[in-house]
Amino acid sequence: MADYNEYLASFDHAAYHEGEWQWQEGEFTVTRTTHWSPPGCHMGCGVLLYTKDNKLHKVEGDPLNSVASGKLCVRCLAMPEATNHPDRLKYPLKRAGQRGEDKWERISWDEALDTIAERVLSIKKDYGSECIVVVHGTGRNIGWQVPYFASACMQTPNVSTFGFGGFACYLPRMIGTSAKYGDMIIVDASQAHPNRYAAKDWQVPGVILIWGNEPIKSNADGFLGHWLVQCVQMGSKVICVDPRLTWWGVRSDYWLPVRPGTDAILAMAMLNVIVAEELYDHDFVDCWTYGFEVMAERVANKTPEWAEPLCEVSADKIRGAARLIATSSSCACQWGLAFEQQIAALGVTETVADIMAITANIDNPGGNSLFRCAYLIEKRYGLGDDYIDKDVYARKLIAPVSGINESRIVSCADSDAILACLETGEPYEIQMFWIQSSNALACASMDPARTYNALMKVPFIVVADPFMTPTAQALADIVLPVAMSCERNSCRTWWTPVRTMVKVTDYYEAKSDEWIVLQLGKRVKPEYWPWEDDKEFANWYLTDQLAPGGTLYQRTWKDTVENPGTDCCNGIEYWDWDATYHKYAKGMLRPDGEIGFNTPTKRIELWSFGYDRWGVDPLPFHVEPPESPLSTPQTFKDFPLVLSGGGRSFEFFHSEHRQLPTMREFHPDPLIMVNPSDCEKYGVKDGQWIWMENSRGARCKQKVKSTIEVLPGRVHAEHGWWFPEQDGAAPNYYGTYESNLNNMTQAFRTGQGGIGNPIKSMLCKIYPVQDSDVLPHDIIAKNGDFASYEPGQPYPYIEEPVVTTIN
Amino acid sequence: MNSILVNYEYCTGCRSCELACRNELGLTAGQSGIVITEVGPIEFNADIGLAGEPYDWVYMPVLTRACNLCETRSQQGKLPSCVQSCQAWCMYFGEPQKLVTKIDGKTRWALLGK
Ligand code: SF4
Ligand code: SF4
Repeated sequence: MADYNEYLASFDHAAYHEGEWQWQEGEFTVTRTTHWSPPGCHMGCGVLLYTKDNKLHKVEGDPLNSVASGKLCVRCLAMPEATNHPDRLKYPLKRAGQRGEDKWERISWDEALDTIAERVLSIKKDYGSECIVVVHGTGRNIGWQVPYFASACMQTPNVSTFGFGGFACYLPRMIGTSAKYGDMIIVDASQAHPNRYAAKDWQVPGVILIWGNEPIKSNADGFLGHWLVQCVQMGSKVICVDPRLTWWGVRSDYWLPVRPGTDAILAMAMLNVIVAEELYDHDFVDCWTYGFEVMAERVANKTPEWAEPLCEVSADKIRGAARLIATSSSCACQWGLAFEQQIAALGVTETVADIMAITANIDNPGGNSLFRCAYLIEKRYGLGDDYIDKDVYARKLIAPVSGINESRIVSCADSDAILACLETGEPYEIQMFWIQSSNALACASMDPARTYNALMKVPFIVVADPFMTPTAQALADIVLPVAMSCERNSCRTWWTPVRTMVKVTDYYEAKSDEWIVLQLGKRVKPEYWPWEDDKEFANWYLTDQLAPGGTLYQRTWKDTVENPGTDCCNGIEYWDWDATYHKYAKGMLRPDGEIGFNTPTKRIELWSFGYDRWGVDPLPFHVEPPESPLSTPQTFKDFPLVLSGGGRSFEFFHSEHRQLPTMREFHPDPLIMVNPSDCEKYGVKDGQWIWMENSRGARCKQKVKSTIEVLPGRVHAEHGWWFPEQDGAAPNYYGTYESNLNNMTQAFRTGQGGIGNPIKSMLCKIYPVQDSDVLPHDIIAKNGDFASYEPGQPYPYIEEPVVTTIN
Repeated sequence: MNSILVNYEYCTGCRSCELACRNELGLTAGQSGIVITEVGPIEFNADIGLAGEPYDWVYMPVLTRACNLCETRSQQGKLPSCVQSCQAWCMYFGEPQKLVTKIDGKTRWALLGK
């Protein structure tokens, strides 16, 4: 696509019923709406749903919806396989045997909700509502709904995406940039403009800096990776920082295959080049930043030659890439999960944020926009916090020492603190877990054996999910069947545009997340749940909330569903504010209306007051992974491969989609990438199942993909695998431990400020699987875990790290 | 008679076209009117005159005999399913004589038709 208008002219808009939200096409009713999940992801693409007789038959992308312009992933194209899947949960279930016996009894919704409500009320009375923990999955239909539910129904401050420590998913980049810029940055791929790539004031990025993610597969955080593929076709150059060779690395001017977990070293060296060679934007630095001199001093000795042996990228490449960033018309930084799945999370975030700032790539066309959630409807957490008793709130589970918690910039509870509370019974005994759309055992938890053992102590657990997952099977006392997206009325305001979702089918007794929290809310705390149904609830979120005078959004949920928005189709509405550039110079960012950024100094803080208040180094720094060639040289001798995890693919979203025939046709097994020379060296072959094992003896198995996508000495494995086709009963739990990379990750090892976890930078050895090998689930069933630990404590070091902070 | 032009330099191998076509033609597992092939990744160790990194890794969709160029859809004014769903936005549909004028002498293209 070189020309967006040409694309729009290449089909007949009437054939796609422009302006209509629902019509008849032959035997099918067609509905124009948007989709996130389940199943899917958290993107929100425009879809045309073909339904007949209360059943979804086909999904097409909607070419008139400018979010994805008719393009769809295989996951959405195969949506009927998910919605009509025979294994879906049809009715509420109550456990009939012991946990893990796979014995269930169908119950009515009334019985399920009454049982839960009764239990909740008695826990609140006998133990206090903080003894209820509410867990939700990644930000989708539970993004605003579940935190509100935690406050306004459960009245507990303990709500979290439980399982991964160090808030190692997006939050570190959000709080890091909030501290330094006063807002968050998102790559400007024209997505705030209704007429997208044809928008007059948008420019194609001069260079796209892909750092620590593969956006076309992950579509992370409300950003559709393929938008950038359009930008490349329109002329953007590419720099790719990734240990893996990806689509981006092949098409880049510079591929920088950084040693996993040392991105901050590389970033400091880039900053050094840009400062030393005076390539920064002097005017921008003078007018809009604070602390340039101290930052410059910090990086003065961080030359590319200094960095080369540490991060394993050549000095020439570092220099070349830094110059390209600084001299391009704009640089759009598409940063990813690797930023916080390392122990230097806040260090690399601030360093790369500094690079974007001093090259004036903030809120510029084709650079990095300062986005807020559409119409400022963003109170996903904290929305109902006033409904929680102050004393109860004070018992929120947070890390013992953390300025970040004290500053209250993070409103969720701390996963490690929850795990410690479960393991030690201090400061209180948790009585109930409510787990909604989270498959903690197969996906989020590090490590799953510990999580399993800890959760087995919880007297009452409810899991709400569309399928019986390992988590539900192993732990739940009651399982609630969750509806898929075409079976729900909902809305979202994550960035822009506003998007609505409308219900067109039913599936047995599966209900939407909204319906479930509303019904339970009405039973437990009716005064905070005045809405008749999910439509009213969505309407309240969009237009009313708790703000006096309502939100900035003028349309109702129903109007948004049924009528086209301004310059856009039905089901969406853009927000001008996000589409405006240079907001800092226009007085748009600060509550006092003054020009400048929304920080204490009104400037971008290269020396960060926020960081300093949190007890985090306010200038660029690196922390070496707790096990690495540098920090544990002895361990490295026996475990000579650097292991990264969390690789995404087109077919799956985290632990979803493993039961869909087409996804398994395209991607049958979990894959570990091994360089051909390492295959040779370690005696493993392409297509062979191998173990990866770490220094504490934890291991999992995946199938070898022999490929130059990884360099010698490094391997890369996938996450989220379980096998719905296998036995669900204990101890196998659908094979959830067998290929689970999280057997090897660990809780309680976080970076400065309690942020970040070294998930993508571990050490391992590899060897072929033999028939006689004892399987992980048997080890866990017998010994509890691969290694021993003290309750609430990290695993003891096998070798004390000799290198830690480098600044 | 219309054709499909592919600027396969940018194909990401997402396989959306395969599945969209399978849906369109009502085909089952292992079958589609269009199938993605993969070339690479290759590392060149001789100088092949590239400005950037010395690698190649491309995908190319191939039409199978099942493809009918979405005759019915195109009569209705719709895009072929594969072209509509193409996430990389690297497929174009139309008269071959017009399509080939897009070929730019820089990136790689292929005209698919019958
Ligand atoms: S990114 Fe893919 S899975 Fe997510 S909504 Fe869009 S098409 Fe569906
Ligand atoms: S033109 Fe139609 S029939 Fe041919 S490959 Fe594309 S989707 Fe399939």
